[in-house]
Amino acid sequence: MRFSFLSIAREALRGNRGWTPHWRDAEPKAAYDAVIIGGGGHGLATAYYLAKNHGLTNIAVLEKSWIGSGNVGRNTTIVRSNYLLPGNIPLYELSMKLWEGLERDLNYNAMVSQRGVLNLCHTDAQRDAFARRGNAMRLHGVEAELLDRKAVQRMCPFLDFDNARFPIQGGLLQRRGGTVRHDAVAWGYARGASDRGVDIVQNCAVTGIRIANGVVEGVETTRGFIAAKKVAMAVAGSTSQVASMAGLRLPIESHVLQAFVSEGLKPLIPGVITFGAGHFYISQSDKGGLVFGGDIDGYNSYAQRGNLHVVEDVAEEAMGLMPMTGRLRMLRSWGGIMDMSMDGSPIIDRTPIDGLFLNAGWCYGGFKAIPGSGLAYAHLIAKGEPHPAATALRLDRFRTGHLIDEKGQGAQANLH
Amino acid sequence: MRIPCPFCGPRDLSEFAYLGDAAPVRPAETSDATAVFDYVYLRANPAGPHRERWYHASGCRLWLTVTRDTRTHEVLFAEEAAP
Ligand SMILES: Cc1cc2nc3c(=O)[nH]c(=O)nc-3n(C[C@H](O)[C@H](O)[C@H](O)COP(=O)(O)OP(=O)(O)OC[C@H]3O[C@@H](n4cnc5c(N)ncnc54)[C@H](O)[C@@H]3O)c2cc1C
Ligand SMILES: [Zn+2]
Repeated sequence: MRFSFLSIAREALRGNRGWTPHWRDAEPKAAYDAVIIGGGGHGLATAYYLAKNHGLTNIAVLEKSWIGSGNVGRNTTIVRSNYLLPGNIPLYELSMKLWEGLERDLNYNAMVSQRGVLNLCHTDAQRDAFARRGNAMRLHGVEAELLDRKAVQRMCPFLDFDNARFPIQGGLLQRRGGTVRHDAVAWGYARGASDRGVDIVQNCAVTGIRIANGVVEGVETTRGFIAAKKVAMAVAGSTSQVASMAGLRLPIESHVLQAFVSEGLKPLIPGVITFGAGHFYISQSDKGGLVFGGDIDGYNSYAQRGNLHVVEDVAEEAMGLMPMTGRLRMLRSWGGIMDMSMDGSPIIDRTPIDGLFLNAGWCYGGFKAIPGSGLAYAHLIAKGEPHPAATALRLDRFRTGHLIDEKGQGAQANLH
Repeated sequence: MRIPCPFCGPRDLSEFAYLGDAAPVRPAETSDATAVFDYVYLRANPAGPHRERWYHASGCRLWLTVTRDTRTHEVLFAEEAAP
């Protein structure tokens, strides 16, 4: 079923009884050309681009729970491509361009909203670092604007500009950044893939990877063995667990990241604002709630919930930036399990096992990367060679010393 | 989350700093690059009991080895880290 002004008007008149399920909830077949492990954003987008760009349709996405139950449905929905390093910018900018055309491509409303992402700076050194990052972006053809204090004041008069410890000096603005409705991204890609023949299999956990003579043969699942010549992992926080089924030990730790939503308010925050004197980001959802978060809790975790010291830290940062938030009531908070790579940058690569592919290490930042990562991963799986935008995102870079040290922090900041 | 420090008793998480998995052992100076790579970067990252290093920064200032279930955050055991 296609969405159009006409179909929506027709359904409105018929009491919305004519809508059909958006994708097929498929039963697993005995064999596929390729299976993707993990029905999060990256797995679903990869399936979509495999089908659309490479004509590979005899494929399945195997999801242990329901699609969208992982980080793709737990993040703070911020999209941007304001990176510094040449290894990272091309992929995130490819992703940004895909976001800009995604809804037309998928015929699905993902509420892509380019409301701008503003990073605030509070010291001279930080402003210089922002100027450098903005220049790096512009050299890669990504737009960036360095704002002075007055310009930030005009945009966001409600911030605490003269905070005694963290006065606001200015900011780096990417106007094309913004937010996207996260669940709709999972549903839209699932629908697009399913329409092209991809099987989306839910409640199907991969429990083993069958390998003979260094070549992958398929996966053991809770619903039986499924043969496949190509097996592609996209399991985010569970990466170490699934990779260990193939005997791989990875430069990844799983950590919990929390997010928070306040009660609904009238329109207040124009875009996404990040506090530069800590790690804090805030935006306002279309329903009116303030959506915000901070740092990972900082210890290995698979619990999908965090501890109170981070709640306190995030609340302090909110108060340091926007004192008016002290009057707000918090509605909900939750956690998701991040695949923290040791240099803080992702991996899209082959593995030492023939036919087994790895997409992981997205840390806090993998939502924005979904379209670009899906497209690049599909390219790698179909052609056996990295996509031009993802040539630096190799698994062996930790061994060879070609780290992509964007912020000098991965799972732990002391490792590189 | 509270950590039962063997010297200070059960104390709030915010008093501690985390270093990570206690398993990796610094390779001898004569080791090759592969051993160093393994030590610095590769982790078992288990879902379940995990032996890990915590520093009681706002307490006794000693290093502890804590066994904690990463699925539930339940602390199973805490002892002084062997020097
Ligand atoms: C609180 C929070 C806030 C965030 N904010 C942002 C943000 O603002 N911007 C941004 O860009 N990024 C953000 N992120 C990061 C982003 O959400 C993730 O990097 C990204 O969603 C991970 O990729 P995914 O969508 O494929 O993961 P997931 O949705 O987690 O998909 C992985 C899937 O694999 C499945 N799986 C695991 N093991 C198995 C198995 N054995 N068999 C079958 N299936 C399996 C899981 O059930 C899961 O559905 C945030 C994350 C969190 C938790
Ligand atoms: Zn102590």
